Amino acid sequence: MKIRIKFAKYGAMKFIGHLDMMRFFQKAVRRAGIDVKYSEGFSPHQIMSFAAPLGVGIESCGEYLDIEVLSMSDPEEMKDALNRVMVEGVEVLAVNILPDQTKNAMASVAAASYRIHPKEGDFGVPDLAQSVASFYAQAQIPYTKETKKNVLEIDLKQGIYEIHADETQVFKENMSAAAAMFETAFKEKRMTVPCIEMLVDASSSGNIKPTVVFEKFCAFAGCEIPLCAIQVTRLETYTDTAKEGEPHCFVSLSGAE
Amino acid sequence: MRKLALHDDILMQVEKPARYIGNEVNAVVKDKEKVALRFAMCFPDVYEIGMSHLGIQILYSMLNDWEDVWCERVYSPWTDLDEIMRKESIPLFCLESQEPVKNMDFLGITIQYEMCYTNILQVLELAQIPLLATERGEDMPLVIGGGPCVYNPEPIADFFDLFYIGEGETQYRPLFDWYLENKRLGGTREDFLHGAAKIPGIYVPRFYEELYHADRTVAGRRKIYEDIPDVIVKEIVTDVTEAHYPLKPVVPFIKVTQDRVVLEIQRGCIRGCRFCQAGQIYRPVRERDADKLKAYAVEMLENTGHEEISLSSLSSSDYSRLNELLDFLLAECGQKHVNISLPSLRIDAFSLDVMSKVQDVKKSSLTFAPEAGSQRLRDVINKGLTEEVILKGASLAFEGGWTKVKLYFMLGLPTETEEDILGIGDLSNKIAAAFFETVPKEKRVNGKVQITTSTSFFIPKPFTPFQWAPMCTKAEFLDKAHLTKKGIMSQLNQKSIKYNWHEADVSVLEGVFARGDRRVAQAIRKAYEKGCMFDSWSEYFHNDLWLESFEECGLDIGFYTTRQRMDDEIFPWDFIDCGVTREFLLREWKKAKEQKVSPNCKAQCQGCGANRFGVGVCYEKR
Repeated sequence: MKIRIKFAKYGAMKFIGHLDMMRFFQKAVRRAGIDVKYSEGFSPHQIMSFAAPLGVGIESCGEYLDIEVLSMSDPEEMKDALNRVMVEGVEVLAVNILPDQTKNAMASVAAASYRIHPKEGDFGVPDLAQSVASFYAQAQIPYTKETKKNVLEIDLKQGIYEIHADETQVFKENMSAAAAMFETAFKEKRMTVPCIEMLVDASSSGNIKPTVVFEKFCAFAGCEIPLCAIQVTRLETYTDTAKEGEPHCFVSLSGAE
Repeated sequence: MRKLALHDDILMQVEKPARYIGNEVNAVVKDKEKVALRFAMCFPDVYEIGMSHLGIQILYSMLNDWEDVWCERVYSPWTDLDEIMRKESIPLFCLESQEPVKNMDFLGITIQYEMCYTNILQVLELAQIPLLATERGEDMPLVIGGGPCVYNPEPIADFFDLFYIGEGETQYRPLFDWYLENKRLGGTREDFLHGAAKIPGIYVPRFYEELYHADRTVAGRRKIYEDIPDVIVKEIVTDVTEAHYPLKPVVPFIKVTQDRVVLEIQRGCIRGCRFCQAGQIYRPVRERDADKLKAYAVEMLENTGHEEISLSSLSSSDYSRLNELLDFLLAECGQKHVNISLPSLRIDAFSLDVMSKVQDVKKSSLTFAPEAGSQRLRDVINKGLTEEVILKGASLAFEGGWTKVKLYFMLGLPTETEEDILGIGDLSNKIAAAFFETVPKEKRVNGKVQITTSTSFFIPKPFTPFQWAPMCTKAEFLDKAHLTKKGIMSQLNQKSIKYNWHEADVSVLEGVFARGDRRVAQAIRKAYEKGCMFDSWSEYFHNDLWLESFEECGLDIGFYTTRQRMDDEIFPWDFIDCGVTREFLLREWKKAKEQKVSPNCKAQCQGCGANRFGVGVCYEKR
C-alpha cells in the first residue's frame, strides 16, 4: 500500500540537510512501529521517496514523502504515531493512502509555492506590491543559469507562475513564518512582516530556486537586502493535472487544489 | 521554541550546522527553573566523534534521570566555527539549552585519548573559563575530568578542579549532594573542593604538590590538607547488570562514527596483554546478564529507530553467553531488518558462521591482531594468539569465501629484535600462502587474496607491566617500519600484501602525555597558544610547534619517553590505585623479559589485586 506523508520543517530543523532528513524519517518510521516495506537484496532498505529536496536554511509547510507499507490501521492513527516520535520543528500534517497507480512523490512534482520575508525590518522597497507587479510585468526576465556542465540563458518568467507581495505572521524569536503557523500557543510572540509570495516551476527539468527570483527582483527594484537576511518558506508542493497542451492545473501533492 | 545560540548566517556558513543545534531525538530538555544543578558533559573532539561514545550516553542518561539535575552536551566546535566564535567572542554553549557553558554548575570532560589535550583548552577558552583551575572565580563552573586518561591526570592537572577516577556511575550523586549542601550552607568553592576531595574516587589536584629529585624524577607528593587521602582508589560498579543503562540514547541527525545501538556486554578483560592499559584499569571482568541485554536490545531499537546494533567490550569472544546472545540478535534483527555489526571476534568456526550470516563475505574482511611478528615476542607481550591458530582461522575463512584479511602489529615492543620484525612479513606471507593452498584455482574470486598489514608504534602506558619500558625514538620507529616493509617486499606473496604504518611524531607525543608529570602541562598550554588543536587529526597536527613548545618550557621529550626507569622509581600516577597492584605489574614486567606467559583470569588467578573489589571473574568457579 502506498502512503503519502505531508510534513512541515522549521526552526532549528531547517539546518538539517535533505539526506539527513531521509535518515531521520527512516528511523522515525521504525520508532513509530510502522509496518513499512523493505527492498529485496543483501542490505534491504525502506521503500521511501521524497518529493522535492529542500535546501538547507529553508523552512517548509509543504514537504512530502511516500512510503510503502505492508499493513496499517488508519491514516489518522499513523499520523499520530509519527507525531509522537518527531522532534521540535518537524510536524506530520497529513497521511493519505494513495491509489496504487500513483506516480511517486518525486516524479509528481511540477511546482512549488514560496514565501520570502526579511528577518529584520522590511525589504527597503517603498511600494512593494507595485514593485513586484512591475517586476512580473516585464516581457522577459533573462537569467544565466550555470550548471556543472554548461551555462544556459533562460527566461525566468516562463517558470514563474505567480508572484505578489503580501504580509505574514512570524514567530518573533526566530522570525519563522512556519513556526507561527504551528506553534499556536503563544499569540503574543508573533508579529506581522511584509513578504513576497510566488509559485514557480519545481519540476526536475525546469526547477527554479526562489532565491534566484528574489535576487532578480532585488536587482530590478534596487533592493540591497542580502540573502542571509531573508527567510524562505516553502508553502506547498504541487503536481500538474493538466493534459499535454492544456494550461497548467496545479494540485497540491496531498490532493487539494 | 528554543532560540539558537548561533545566528542563522553563522550556521549557514559553517560545515554541518547540525553539529551545533541540538534538538536530536532523545535529547533531554528540562525547565531550567525546576532543576537545582546544571551539568555540561563534554567530549573534547568534533560532534561526530563525541556522539559515538557510549560512556557519555550512559552518564547523560543517568544524570538526567535525576529530577534535580539537567545534563547537557558540548563538543569541540570544528575549526571553521572556532574561528568565528573567537572573532565574535561568542561563548561556547550547551546543545540542549543553547546557553553558555559558563552558566553551568559543572563542566565534565571525558578524556579518552591523550591527543585531545589541546582541545580541552579550546573548550575552556571558548567557554570563557580561565584555563588554570586556580584562576577560576566562585561563579565559574567546576571543571571535572574523567575517562581512561585520568589514570595519569598529572599532565593536565592544572586545568581541572577535580578528577573522577574510575567508573562514573557510582559517585556523582554523593558529589552533587555535597555541592548542593555546600551551596545551601553558603560555602565557598574551596570549601566544596575540600569536601569533595574526601569523596571516594575524587581527586582534587590543587591540594597536592608534586615533588622532584635533582634528576627530575618524582620524589613524592605533599598534601595541603591533612584530612584528604594520600591514595585515590578507582571507583567501580559492583553489579553491572543492575547498573544504569541508557535505553533512550540520543540519536544524531548527521552520520556519526558509531551510528547504532550499542550493547555493552561486559567490562574489563581477562587476557592481560602486557601493553594494554584497558586490560588492567577496568579489572575485574564483570559480565552483564544476557537476558537483560536481550531486553535492552529490543527496547533500544524501538526507542532510537537505529538500523544497526553492535556489541561493546574489550574481548567479546570471552563473554560466557555470547553464542546465546548472538543467536537471539540474529533472530530478532533479521525480522526487523536490523544489521548486526560484529565487534572483532576471535576467528573460529562459530564466529565465521555468525559473520557469514550478517556480512557480505565477498566485501567484508577478517581481522587478526597478533600484535607481534614472532611467537617469542607474543610471549613477551602475553598475547595468547599463536601462528597455528591464526593460520587455521584464516584457512577456515578462505573456505567460507573471505578473501580479505587485516593484520595489526606493533613496532617497538620491549625486547624486539630484527627477527621479530621480519616475522611480520613472514606471517603475512604464510596467510597469503594459506589462501592459495586452501582455495582451488577455479574457485578464487578474481584469483586474489588481499592482506592488509598495519603497524602502530608501541607506547608504554601507566598501569601496565610495560610502564617501566623505554619507548623508541622517532628514528628508531621509522627504521623499524622500513625493515618491516623490506621484510614484506622480500616475500613470495608480496603482491598480495599491502603495508600501512602510522605517523611516528604523534606516537612520540602520546608517549610524553601518557607517562608525563605535572610539568608537562606548561608545554600543552604553550602548544595550544601557538595554535595546536585537533592534534589527532593529521591535517591539523603541527609537530614543529610541539617541539618548539617543549624546548621553550625546558622539557626534554626523551626524559618522558626513551628513558630507562628503575624498578623502584616513583611514577606520577602512583597515588592512584586502580586495583591492580604495583607488585603484580612489576612481576609481570619481569616475566615479560623472561618471555614467560601468564594464563588469563578464567584459567588461573595471577593475584593482580583486583579481587579486593569483591566482584566479577575473581569470584567465579574455575
